[in-house]
Amino acid sequence: MNRQILHLFALTLVLFGVLIAFTSRWSVFEAESLGDNTLNRRGLLEQQQVPRGLILARDGRTVLAESVPEGSGDARIYTRRYPQGSVFGHPVGYSYITIGESGLERSRNDALTGDLDEFGTIFRELQDRTREGDDVVTALDPDAQRQAMELLGDRKGSIVALEPATGWVRVAASTPGYDPNTVDEPDVFEALNAPDNTERQLINRAVQTNYPPGSTFKVVTAAAALDTGKATPDSILDGSSPQEVSGVPLNNAGNVSYGPITLTTALTNSVNTVFAQLGEQVGTRTLVEYMERFGFYRDPQLDYPEDEMLASGVRNADQQLVTSGFDVGRVAIGQGGAEGQVQVTPLQMAEVAAAVANGGKLMQPRLTERVVAKDGRVEEDIEPAQQSQVVKPETAQQLTEMMASVVDEGTGTRAALSGVSVAGKTGTAEVDNGLANQVWFIGFAPVESPRYAIAVTLEDQPVGSSGGVDAAPLAAAVLQTLLEGS
Amino acid sequence: MSARTRELFGLLPVSLLVCAGFAAVLVAQSQEVSDLTVTYGAVFLGLCVFGHLFIRARLPDADPYLYPLAALLAAFGLVMIYRIDTELAREQAQWFVIGLVLFCATIYLLPDHHVLERYRYTIAAVGIALLLLPRLPVIGEQVNGAFLAVKVGPIQFQPAEFAKLAIIVFLASYLRDTRDVLVRSRLKPLTPTATALLYGIPAALFVLVLLALDLRPVVAVLLGVFVLSLVTLIRERPSLKHFGPLLLIWGAAMLMLVFIRDLGSSLMFFGAFLALLYVATARLSIVGVGATLFLGGAAFLASTVGHVQSRIDTWLDPFDPVLYEAQGGSFQIAQSLFAQADGGLFGQGFGRALLELPGGGNIIPAAHTDLIYAVITDELGLFGAAGLILVYLLFVARGFKTALVASDGFSKLLATGLTAVFALQVFVIVGGVTKVIPLTGVTLPFVSYGGSSILANMVLLALLLIVSDHARRDRARGRSGGLV
Repeated sequence: MNRQILHLFALTLVLFGVLIAFTSRWSVFEAESLGDNTLNRRGLLEQQQVPRGLILARDGRTVLAESVPEGSGDARIYTRRYPQGSVFGHPVGYSYITIGESGLERSRNDALTGDLDEFGTIFRELQDRTREGDDVVTALDPDAQRQAMELLGDRKGSIVALEPATGWVRVAASTPGYDPNTVDEPDVFEALNAPDNTERQLINRAVQTNYPPGSTFKVVTAAAALDTGKATPDSILDGSSPQEVSGVPLNNAGNVSYGPITLTTALTNSVNTVFAQLGEQVGTRTLVEYMERFGFYRDPQLDYPEDEMLASGVRNADQQLVTSGFDVGRVAIGQGGAEGQVQVTPLQMAEVAAAVANGGKLMQPRLTERVVAKDGRVEEDIEPAQQSQVVKPETAQQLTEMMASVVDEGTGTRAALSGVSVAGKTGTAEVDNGLANQVWFIGFAPVESPRYAIAVTLEDQPVGSSGGVDAAPLAAAVLQTLLEGS
Repeated sequence: MSARTRELFGLLPVSLLVCAGFAAVLVAQSQEVSDLTVTYGAVFLGLCVFGHLFIRARLPDADPYLYPLAALLAAFGLVMIYRIDTELAREQAQWFVIGLVLFCATIYLLPDHHVLERYRYTIAAVGIALLLLPRLPVIGEQVNGAFLAVKVGPIQFQPAEFAKLAIIVFLASYLRDTRDVLVRSRLKPLTPTATALLYGIPAALFVLVLLALDLRPVVAVLLGVFVLSLVTLIRERPSLKHFGPLLLIWGAAMLMLVFIRDLGSSLMFFGAFLALLYVATARLSIVGVGATLFLGGAAFLASTVGHVQSRIDTWLDPFDPVLYEAQGGSFQIAQSLFAQADGGLFGQGFGRALLELPGGGNIIPAAHTDLIYAVITDELGLFGAAGLILVYLLFVARGFKTALVASDGFSKLLATGLTAVFALQVFVIVGGVTKVIPLTGVTLPFVSYGGSSILANMVLLALLLIVSDHARRDRARGRSGGLV
């Protein structure tokens, strides 16, 4: 009988081995997919019981989001409050058990909930620290952001301001806004998401909406032409109007004919025919290559949820990104045709201005400066990172001088500030079959050593409006606030 | 060092675990580590030492590891239950005191386990009666579709826990008597032609059936094993007369499935039965026939008894939204898996796993009984859970060791049966919680909350120790030259 008893023991070993194998399957190997299972509410319930960290403005004092306790003891849960209301609604986003998370609340969720890896958790246990979220200090400037929202007012549009040398996003305004304090109320949320709601308040226009860039795109065309040696600021081109481009006549604004002029003069006065010729000289391939260097054709490299952002680039009638087969002459001036039309986000155009301002070097845009633990220790310093060298420093210098001339004596004079020189470019794109305008201004200041780059755009402006008149003053005001503030 | 001194030292880690465990839970619940911890630890340890002294007096030669291992499991369970609900832990501690009394009473009243052989049919009858109790009107209780509990006044108890002991005792004594007759090959070996025919004809039939019917692979394999085992068994020309009672037991197990409607406990009983049959006869063919008959019968019943069928459905697809929402559906097993997923390698620590919902109530149903293993994995991780399984394995190893050492057939079979049913109970509930097999309501021995379970397992431990005491004394005598 002893042999059989040993066999039984061997069988027990196998069976208990199976038990341990299955336990490890659930607790380790398939733990992640079980955690993501939609039936699993543990993550949400746990998050509710852990106070999320604060989200702060760049000053480290202004609270953009905080957790407040409700109830007591084991039944205590935390809910989110947003003291600044709709002013920071888009960049900060919201976090609720019922409707989930968006914006920074989502992209920085791990830091805000104090979510650590397996070994980090053990370390915390050994130190006998309870789980709590870390604070996220953003790069957002509270005064400038508030001013930008007020300047946009009840118009639809967006203002984005970056620090060219670091990529830090100082302003990310988008109107109409929404109040993140009430967005979780079922009727409010339903109304905001209703298909017939044309206001689309939940859309962050700074990063999630494509607009035609109008003449601001001429900066990209000029960058490609100068950097490849196809032209210099003093190259003479024919500024007469109209001219045939791809077999269809193209006009300058007001059909003004300039005759032979330099490239600088052409940018200063935003001469369409010159830049259409320039675009055709540069060619589709080179233009697309420079667009990619500026960050087009991919999601912005922002610390923001990917599916809440949109890539910029040339899009066909089906809204698909295309890299060839379009009318390069018209794309070069920020327009296009059925085969392809340039579509940009305000953040993308701010990055164009910032890259020029930073000697041709584009930094990855960043909403977060650092993550700080409750005891004041800096948990994570988010280092500025270069995204690409878009153009040579000399090219950037030439572009800077040309753009300074736009504000000094061209279409962008209303962006000028007293005592500080500003560089920029205006844009006015006809939309809705010429019944409305999309107006733009992109630029930076001070010209000598740029500290802030900006993009301003307004939707659905009446016929007769223009970037130089309607957008440039907004940029000047926000730039002034930023320069005074720091 | 004597066996008893080793046993006493074995209690040291137990006392450490009790104190450390209670301290950890108290810290996690952000109470102060008061002298309460020490009190709990001291009382528990005092009881353990009392049991130890009793064994020292009555069973001086018993296995020195079984008792500390059981105490370790009990301490572990007590800490877990304290963490889930302090009131339940108090009740559980009371049950342990009663269990210890019963443990001592068993050892005191039963100096020689061979006495049990005399009452084998009475014991068998009591066992069957206990199993059928929950089906009686008035006192019977249906829990989650299965009939496992009896309720008299305020006291609810699970007779199956005691029935398992009675049935093991009966089987051990019955098989001791009949094993020689069951095993004996009474005819001389068959001629090669006869052997070829004996195997060839059923094989041909089997292939024909496979070709004719479009069977599922599982069914085909089962059928194949059944045919092969049956033919091998027939070749042995066993005495049909003595197989009668065994067929009866198979029938009883099937009936139990129908009556109790609990796959888990019938798997436990029938598994232990097959284990004993195998040890007694050394014939795999018998196990093959028995196992395939049981599985076949269970599969047939599963398709006819709704409760068993739904248990299998929820086992196969716990994340099906319809099954998840259904009354008695897969919510329980799904929550078990989610809890284990939260545990990871090292767990969240004693008292730190998510158990209570903000609005009150538990996120894990039956956390203190059926699903306690899931809570353990959640709080102590894979390492803690594997450690627990390891302790069970050590206990089982000592149980089988007792069987190996025992000198007479009854003692060997009794120790084997008790150990096997213990191991199977662990497998059935942990396997259910980890989705190896369908989840059924069996307790985790010594760890889960439950009076019947503690009392029955204390008796099981007492019986093992009695067998072990005799066996080791006999062997010691044999070694010293059989002087006494």
